[in-house]
Amino acid sequence: MSTETSAKPKRTIGGWLLIAVPYAWLLVFFLAPFFIVFKISLSEVAIAIPPYLPTFDISAGWQDFKDGLSQLSFENYVWLTEDALYWKSYLSSVTIAGTSTALTLLFGYPIAYGMARCPKAWRPTLLMLVILPFWTSFLIRVYAWIGILKNEGLLNQVLLWLGVIDQPLVILNTNIAVYIGIVYSYLPFLVLPLYANLEKLDESLLEAAEDLGCPAWKAFWKITLPLSLPGVIAGCFLVFIPAVGEFVIPDLLGGSNTLMIGKTLWVEFFANRDWPVSSAVAVILLLLLVIPIVLFQNQQQKMGEKDA
Amino acid sequence: MRNGPTWFNVTSIALGFSFLYLPIVILVIFSFNESKLVTVWGGFSTKWYASLLHNQQLLDAAWVTLRIAVLSATLATVLGTMAALVLVRSGRFHGRSLFSGMIFAPLVMPDVILGLSLLLLFVAVDQSRGFWTVMLAHTTFAMCYVAVVVQSRLVGFDKSIEEAAEDLGCPPAKTFFQITLPIIFPGVIAGWMLAFTLSLDDLVVASFTTGPGATTLPMKIYSQVRLGVTPEINAVCTILVCLVTLGVIAASIATKRQQIQREKDERAAFGAD
Repeated sequence: MSTETSAKPKRTIGGWLLIAVPYAWLLVFFLAPFFIVFKISLSEVAIAIPPYLPTFDISAGWQDFKDGLSQLSFENYVWLTEDALYWKSYLSSVTIAGTSTALTLLFGYPIAYGMARCPKAWRPTLLMLVILPFWTSFLIRVYAWIGILKNEGLLNQVLLWLGVIDQPLVILNTNIAVYIGIVYSYLPFLVLPLYANLEKLDESLLEAAEDLGCPAWKAFWKITLPLSLPGVIAGCFLVFIPAVGEFVIPDLLGGSNTLMIGKTLWVEFFANRDWPVSSAVAVILLLLLVIPIVLFQNQQQKMGEKDA
Repeated sequence: MRNGPTWFNVTSIALGFSFLYLPIVILVIFSFNESKLVTVWGGFSTKWYASLLHNQQLLDAAWVTLRIAVLSATLATVLGTMAALVLVRSGRFHGRSLFSGMIFAPLVMPDVILGLSLLLLFVAVDQSRGFWTVMLAHTTFAMCYVAVVVQSRLVGFDKSIEEAAEDLGCPPAKTFFQITLPIIFPGVIAGWMLAFTLSLDDLVVASFTTGPGATTLPMKIYSQVRLGVTPEINAVCTILVCLVTLGVIAASIATKRQQIQREKDERAAFGAD
């Protein structure tokens, strides 16, 4: 449905206010802070409150502004390339997020598929059941896994009791625990767009394939899977993008050698109190995420146009 | 075959849902554990709930969190509904794409970046941090979620009713409160609830933007979890899970009932023609 009007509607004062208030709010509290982060990433750390030297002060006039500009230090960015910790964190965040996204897809696809193929009467309840965990606290859901994955935790108790293993498995504080945590926390993000896509699938295509003697698995491979690709892509982006910058999961479930950039930023900020370096880390992380975010936006827009 | 649930579909749904729900169920069960160990069952007891009542720090944190959540959810709902109206109804204006970008970006932005950038903003304007800064931070990201929820409700409704009201000389503000708002109300309520729970859950943004005297419940839970897992935390978590579940179920029943009522009204109206 196209609600857009091609001609500019005449706007009353109220109409302008309607735009101005949320616009101003987002400019002040969302956009402006990024410029401040960028500015501080170019300043030097200091033992002071706040713990950085101001690089330049816009209110101090043009001459001072020019002086300040010449003093800008890119040291923090140089530092990020010199210390292996940072690029290793970036790399391992992307790898961990990528692996987890693939695992989430592997696990989420059958769920979304099963839901879309259920009798219509069940679907709203199932949908509700997928959304419900999303409403409960992220922290609580991550915390719940600690008791399960610990060395003396429930999973090991059950496996020992079943005789599957005779030594408790070390899962907590490893990357495996981080994968489990991400798959668990982000599963609804993948299942929902995928389900929305699979539900719209034209069943007559599958019936035609069956009538022509195509086996069910082949029909799935040739028809269902390619048609569900937009849903798959949307779901994967929704898992991958937030997972890259994840902090709570690697911190609580991962080990000391689990490197993720969200955790590195946190430690840099809260433990080392190095605000300029953590700002530089944030700027690079943002640049890293701009590419997938723009790709995602474009894909959504294309899908929107197709639906319209 | 395809119309009925196959064994494969049933198995994948059953496995999927047990994966989603088992950890929470286990967490709830062990909050009633007599033993101090979270993983060894020592008999049924509600002593951890009783001990919560004497944990003044935890209660204070819960009170702070609740106040922040109510305030920020309300403010975010007002701003988010306005933003949704702009996205759907305002047509073209300069900076529209920047506006929609700013609405959608916070949905995928990592918490650590949002938290850090807002903190640096508050430091830059020399604002002392505490209750109000956390409230403003939560409002900022929650309004984007509200905007998306309300927008989806606005897109699906018949604009001709609004136009009819305006043709009959109804001022825009009155049209909004008399016609638009009642129709999108379920979306607005859902948006408020989403904003409320987001604020209730948030650890990272609150940790960055808070100051002395404003420790939120997630921050308290987090610092206790880092020290070790105790049934007391399980008890707090159980209470939170129950509250949220009850809220969501109540809201969905109310929405459903309203929908049925509206369909009945519509049928009655058309029947009277």
